[in-house]
Amino acid sequence: MELARVPLRRIAWRLFEGIDSTLLMIILSLSMLGLAALFSASYDNPARLINQLASLAVALTAMWIVAQVPPQTMMRFALPAYVIGLALLIAVALAGDVVNGARRWLHVGVTRFQPSEMMKLALPLMLAWYFHRNESSLRLGHFAVAGFLLAVPTALILRQPDLGTAALVGASGFFVIFFAGIGWKVIGALVALGAAAMPLAWGFLHDYQRRRVLTLLDPTQDPLGSGYHIIQSTIAVGSGGISGKGWLNGTQAHLEFIPERHTDFIFAVYSEEFGLIGNGVLLTLYALLVARGLMIAANAPTIFARLLAASVTLMFFTYAFVNMGMVSGILPVVGVPLPFLSYGGTALLTLFIGAGILMSVQRHRQLVQT
Amino acid sequence: MRTAELRNYERELHQFQLRIAIAGVVVLAAFGLLAARFFFLQVVQHEHYASKAEDNRISIVPLAPNRGLIVDRNGVVLTRNYSGYTLEIFPRRVASIERTIDEVAELIEIQPRDRAKFRKLLAESRNAESLPIRTRLNDEEVAKFAANRYRFGGAVEIKARLFRQYPFDDVASHVIGYMGRINQEDQARLEEEGVDANYRGTDFIGKSGIEASYQHELHGTTGFEQVEIDAAGRGIRTLSRTPSRPGNNIGLTLDLRLQQVAENAFGERRVAAVALEPSTGAVLAFVSKPGFDPNQFVDGIDPHYWSELNTSLDRPLYNRAIAGVYPPGSTFKPFMALAALELGKRTPRSTINDPGYFVFGDRRFRDSKPGGHGVVDLFKSIVVSSDTYYYMLANDMGIDAIAGYMKHFGFGARTGIDLQGEVTGVLPSPEWKMKRFRRPEQQKWYPGETISIGIGQGYNSYTPIQLAQAVSSIANGCTVYRPRLVAYVDNPRTGERRHFEPEIVRRLPAKPENVEFVKRAMAGVNKEGTGARAFAGAQYTSGGKTGTAQVIAIKQNEKYDESKVSERHRDHSWFIVFAPVESPKIALAVLVENGGFGARTAAPIARTMLDYYLLGKLPEGMSLPTPEDEVEEERESD
Repeated sequence: MELARVPLRRIAWRLFEGIDSTLLMIILSLSMLGLAALFSASYDNPARLINQLASLAVALTAMWIVAQVPPQTMMRFALPAYVIGLALLIAVALAGDVVNGARRWLHVGVTRFQPSEMMKLALPLMLAWYFHRNESSLRLGHFAVAGFLLAVPTALILRQPDLGTAALVGASGFFVIFFAGIGWKVIGALVALGAAAMPLAWGFLHDYQRRRVLTLLDPTQDPLGSGYHIIQSTIAVGSGGISGKGWLNGTQAHLEFIPERHTDFIFAVYSEEFGLIGNGVLLTLYALLVARGLMIAANAPTIFARLLAASVTLMFFTYAFVNMGMVSGILPVVGVPLPFLSYGGTALLTLFIGAGILMSVQRHRQLVQT
Repeated sequence: MRTAELRNYERELHQFQLRIAIAGVVVLAAFGLLAARFFFLQVVQHEHYASKAEDNRISIVPLAPNRGLIVDRNGVVLTRNYSGYTLEIFPRRVASIERTIDEVAELIEIQPRDRAKFRKLLAESRNAESLPIRTRLNDEEVAKFAANRYRFGGAVEIKARLFRQYPFDDVASHVIGYMGRINQEDQARLEEEGVDANYRGTDFIGKSGIEASYQHELHGTTGFEQVEIDAAGRGIRTLSRTPSRPGNNIGLTLDLRLQQVAENAFGERRVAAVALEPSTGAVLAFVSKPGFDPNQFVDGIDPHYWSELNTSLDRPLYNRAIAGVYPPGSTFKPFMALAALELGKRTPRSTINDPGYFVFGDRRFRDSKPGGHGVVDLFKSIVVSSDTYYYMLANDMGIDAIAGYMKHFGFGARTGIDLQGEVTGVLPSPEWKMKRFRRPEQQKWYPGETISIGIGQGYNSYTPIQLAQAVSSIANGCTVYRPRLVAYVDNPRTGERRHFEPEIVRRLPAKPENVEFVKRAMAGVNKEGTGARAFAGAQYTSGGKTGTAQVIAIKQNEKYDESKVSERHRDHSWFIVFAPVESPKIALAVLVENGGFGARTAAPIARTMLDYYLLGKLPEGMSLPTPEDEVEEERESD
């Protein structure tokens, strides 16, 4: 007995050695809230909950594995991951499957796969590695190259078209460049250029994307068409009130007034049933997640680790902000899931790998110090 | 070198941490924005969104009440409700109505007339949610459609509705009336009356007859069901239910069998007849022919039948008994006689000499009998219907006295019967003429015009029901009752019965002996005068008066039709009668348009009606028709 217990404990200790418990608690709390909301939204299809639990198990395993990999090893994957991701994006553009009018999917054996999802991590990895390599001699030229590395995959995803993912990929790359220390003047110039290019960009938008933007400005213009999502989700959120209608009691969700209630609009289900208090809990958890991530980034020993950790952290934030903003009607409808809550294995995997990266950075902060 | 590198490293770290701090502030600001948005939606605007969510969720479904039934005085059911299946199109859910009908026609037989009906309904209906393309589906059709229902995505559905059915078809159609869809005009009226909420589940409304005048009694109270619905509009569960309350049943004073005897006796003529109970004013029979088949209106009238009804020269939708005005002819004489006695212009004993004409100024008014009736007293003047006597009488009385007394009978005024569309007719007087005409020379009353008033011609024009009311007032002694068709209203839930008491309008200012005198004279008409032939061998006493009203010209709104004009130029035939003389049970006015002499056409029909009503005797070869059971799935409604 005595003998048996000691190795068990040691094994458990070894297992959790690389895991940041604070981060894990936050992520698991978010996942639990997500399962609760998903249970409510899946009254018509309980199999979804099982699927989500299976995805969670896979994602947790992936997170654990990534947490064991030291950042130096990750650096080695940066360039190959980026190149493969880019190649796959090009392959999608040439021979992808069209679903709902967008060419996003690539057939891999029996399953389909979205290369753009992979780019969400591959791009910051690549950029962080690039800045790390040129640490001692950073010049404006390097930022220009970084901008180019960012623009190519973003443009490819935008062309699919997938505005939400393009925004997330672009943002993840931008965060790296920002934390790498790009000058404020350059940022100011870019912002000015962007503003000037807005009318031009409008011309490049697809009709449905323009409609979404117009709908945001006045959802009542087309209440049964493009405005329907926003109107119904806003009603769900607003009718939740302070304390919510109670778990499983959301009428908007249960009577199918909320479209895509398992995935991108799961926040409407959550908010209707748990109200302002529930929203406060959720915002607090996300704020803690971001705070923990930024803390890890601030304490990271290398440029690579810092940039990667900070970028991943702000990606979590971007997901959360864009999704909740869209559901509550202050941002246009784009396909961005609510991190750790929305149904869907791919998104969960990306997010947990991101968390694994943060844990790896946190665990290996001592080892590289010289 | 190493120091510089270290310093460089520190500067970089410092810069990085500054940017981390900036990012933290941005994140907090963004979450603050979200929190503010949540506060706005969930606290400030909570009420608004909560009610929107409720509106989303709850649909109020009206439950239409069962319409009350109409029965005759013996409890014979004149209207029924049956539930039938209809196939309905939801116009707002389809892109092209014609294409949808084509698709439906592949499954269910759709006649061109169904399409025509549907188009008419679509044009007339008030914003209807759904309209029927087919009614009275049989079980096979219902099953066939149900199997293919999914193809229409909720734009075409089968509905079970209650329909009105009239088992006696066109019998008493002008009394019962017909039902039609609520159109914009009806809707506006319902809103004005403030009862539109009670009609939310109702599609049909009474358009004429009792169905219209007792619409609110018959309709009942609409119930409501609160149903929770999903986003597709499917009902999930019933939250609360207020059942509808059926409409009241109406008992008529009408005797359907008497009505059938009368309608049968009239054949295909254009006629009006009103039989009243002299002691109450209750309407025993009310005929206006031609009539119409109210069943044809039930599920949207076929446009062909509708145009036929509206363009026919016989005007079947026109209620002759209350809306038709005719000079009363000689039926006016008994009332003139009573006026003369009451005003002291004549006594029963005074006589005149009737040479066959009456001269006024340079005009000669001819008697219908060339050579005249010789010495005529008041009694004989009625029995033989002497025109000369009444030319003189009218001249002696003057128009003011005539108009002044005749209005007590109700001539020239609505009787107030409980039907819509009654007209006043004209009781001529200088005041009336002043109002009626515009040119001064036309406005003046000429004494010569008074002469023909005395024999019921000239400007005199009254409705058959006014004549019936007047003869009934003579029959009962001197009481003018308001004619009414409804005896009672039954509340089917409480079993409570509300009787309508006889309503006295006024009493004639007449001495009983004078009324008795007129009644005796009218009895003389049927014994030895102009009505004697029609009433030969009657087993009861009766008092009558024939009348023949000149038709001056064809009416303006009728089409000129060479083949019918000569027939339509013939005189109208009148007969008024009451029986038995001692204690009258029935008073009757009969008018046959272009029927010629009253004694020849109107009087025999009156005899047939009295024989049936007083003796139960059916005309030879006639058996009373029974209700036609053409609707198989008909169901009595309670």
